[in-house]
Amino acid sequence: MAITTAQSPFRIDPLSGLRIDLQAQALVKINAVLAVVFLLVGGAAGLLVALTRWPAVHLLPADMFYMALTVHGIVALMVWIIFFEIAVIYFVSTALLSCRIATPGWAWTQVWLMVIGAAMTFVAILQGNSSVMMTSYPPLEAAPHFYLGLILFAVGALIGCFVFWGTLVIAKEEKTYEGSLPLIVYGAMVAVCIAVFTIASGAIILIPTFLWSVGLIKSIDPMMYRVIWWAFGHSSQQINVVTHISIWYCIAGLIFGAKPMSEKVSRTAFLLYILFLQFGSVHHLLSDPGLSSVWKVFNTSYMMYMAVLASLIHGLTVPGSIEVAQRRNGYNNGLFEWLRKAPWGNPVFSGMFLSLVGFGFVGGITGVVMSVEQVNMIIHNTIYVPAHFHGTVAGGTTLAFMALTYFLIPVLFQREVIMPGLAKWQPWLFGIGINVFAIVVMGAGTLGVPRRHYDITFAGQALAHEWPGLIYMMMTVGEIGAVLAVVGGALFCYIVVGSILWGKKVPADAKCIVAPPADAGGHKEIGAGGFEAPGTFILAMVLFVTLVLYYFVNFKYLATLWTLA
Amino acid sequence: MSNEPIEQQTVLQRILDDINLIMCLCLVVPTVFYTLWGVMEVATIPLGK
Ligand code: HEM
Ligand SMILES: [Cu+2]
Repeated sequence: MAITTAQSPFRIDPLSGLRIDLQAQALVKINAVLAVVFLLVGGAAGLLVALTRWPAVHLLPADMFYMALTVHGIVALMVWIIFFEIAVIYFVSTALLSCRIATPGWAWTQVWLMVIGAAMTFVAILQGNSSVMMTSYPPLEAAPHFYLGLILFAVGALIGCFVFWGTLVIAKEEKTYEGSLPLIVYGAMVAVCIAVFTIASGAIILIPTFLWSVGLIKSIDPMMYRVIWWAFGHSSQQINVVTHISIWYCIAGLIFGAKPMSEKVSRTAFLLYILFLQFGSVHHLLSDPGLSSVWKVFNTSYMMYMAVLASLIHGLTVPGSIEVAQRRNGYNNGLFEWLRKAPWGNPVFSGMFLSLVGFGFVGGITGVVMSVEQVNMIIHNTIYVPAHFHGTVAGGTTLAFMALTYFLIPVLFQREVIMPGLAKWQPWLFGIGINVFAIVVMGAGTLGVPRRHYDITFAGQALAHEWPGLIYMMMTVGEIGAVLAVVGGALFCYIVVGSILWGKKVPADAKCIVAPPADAGGHKEIGAGGFEAPGTFILAMVLFVTLVLYYFVNFKYLATLWTLA
Repeated sequence: MSNEPIEQQTVLQRILDDINLIMCLCLVVPTVFYTLWGVMEVATIPLGK
């Protein structure tokens, strides 16, 4: 089906109707495959960590535990996620804009730099003297190639951002689209802006730290490191948020023919992210001495709420647009028929919707509440923190990426997904597992169980500590959830690799799988009580009330801890 | 950017469509309020004697 032009060959994909640049296709594929391979590595390390924190199992010895934790943090959070994000930005900027990719040679340089960088850091960790965890706070010192690998990886990612930007410029010059950028590409553009800030911050702090590790700089100030490192560490999470929100919009369009309820409102919400999202970096420093409360409170309690507002807008408009589309398509009865009759067995949809709900209720609510300076004191450095961010980055971002992958396999790899019966359950397994882990372990964290801790009982030490039985039970149930998530994650990797290697080829005359726009000739009178999307409105209210209650519960708990009640 | 005459677009729409402006805002705003302010906070901690 390839139509070869003088400049660059394209093909028209029968399943999606997209006009796909073959060079871009190869680049998206390689980045996505590398991502999945690293997810497998990161997940395996996660399993080892989880089995060690499961009190009755306590698998690894202490040094191996911290090594596995370092591998897990770096490989899962940075390598898997960023490779996949590069795949996403290349995909949306070329396929959704019908455009060729800018400077493919540089894009291949991106691939190589990121592979070499990731491998270098990975080897450094396995050599055993770089178990500094992903934050690598000085005075903890890793081997020089640990930092060098991260720097190369980041340079590669930066090149990927430039390739994306160049593609936007080409698309505009060659007029491959009309009017404003489509919303999904717009979201990717916002993610790339944040990525440039993130990588610049990473460079500012990691280059001196590398020089310190080879002895060229005498010392790195730990406070200064923390402030600048978190401009990198936190902002990189914002790239994830923006990317997975764009994927939500994308999947809502693909499956339901949903259109954003208001393009302008959604875009303005993205602008709020640009202006306010990075302020959240301070939430990692709320318990740090030496930094003023003025700075902390200005950043987290005032500015950051503007970004939270933006998240609420996206959280409302994505399911809202699905509801409107479903109602137009005839599922207009009652409040929730549109949701009940959604294709829950399609992993593209179930993965996306579980990501949305998990990100909102588990990752989102806890993130907002723990960003309050006072409440932060309850949970700082407890296992509550990893519980929170598995709600965002695993239950939210990773699950959304998995969902999109089920679309990319037939469209880009031109293979049918193998084992469709199991693929149907995969997002549920991963989603339920990770949320059980997050919610239960969150309870343990609220009661004081520390994060990044090999043995909370300090067995055999002078300061041995006995915890109440409830704690051991929570850690056990939580880690059972973690194991379930690993099973879901491994199943995902198997399905992806298997589909690519031995999945049936999609025939050239396959039927289009993308839903037509939902408003064409569908039901006109939809909704109830003057609302187009009353079900979504109720869901949003439930989220809001949960947030307020949870906020209150935490302040109440803080008051009892300080016996002020 | 759409083909309609500039004056028909609202200011907000023009800001939203200007991707280079968006990139600049994204780099400048957090650099000032988070990074520079934060670094000043650390730099002005008095040295212990
Ligand atoms: C596959 C299922 C997963 C399991 C079973 C799992 C389990 C765990 C556990 C038990 C910890 C240690 C908490 C502590 O002791 O402080 C942890 C930490 C962490 N996880 Fe996961 N996780 C999973 C998926 C992910 C994913 C998909 C990501 C990122 C995209 C991720 C990112 C992290 C990070 C950044 C840390 C913190 C490491 C550190 O403190 O340095 N995890 N995970
Ligand atoms: Cu953060």
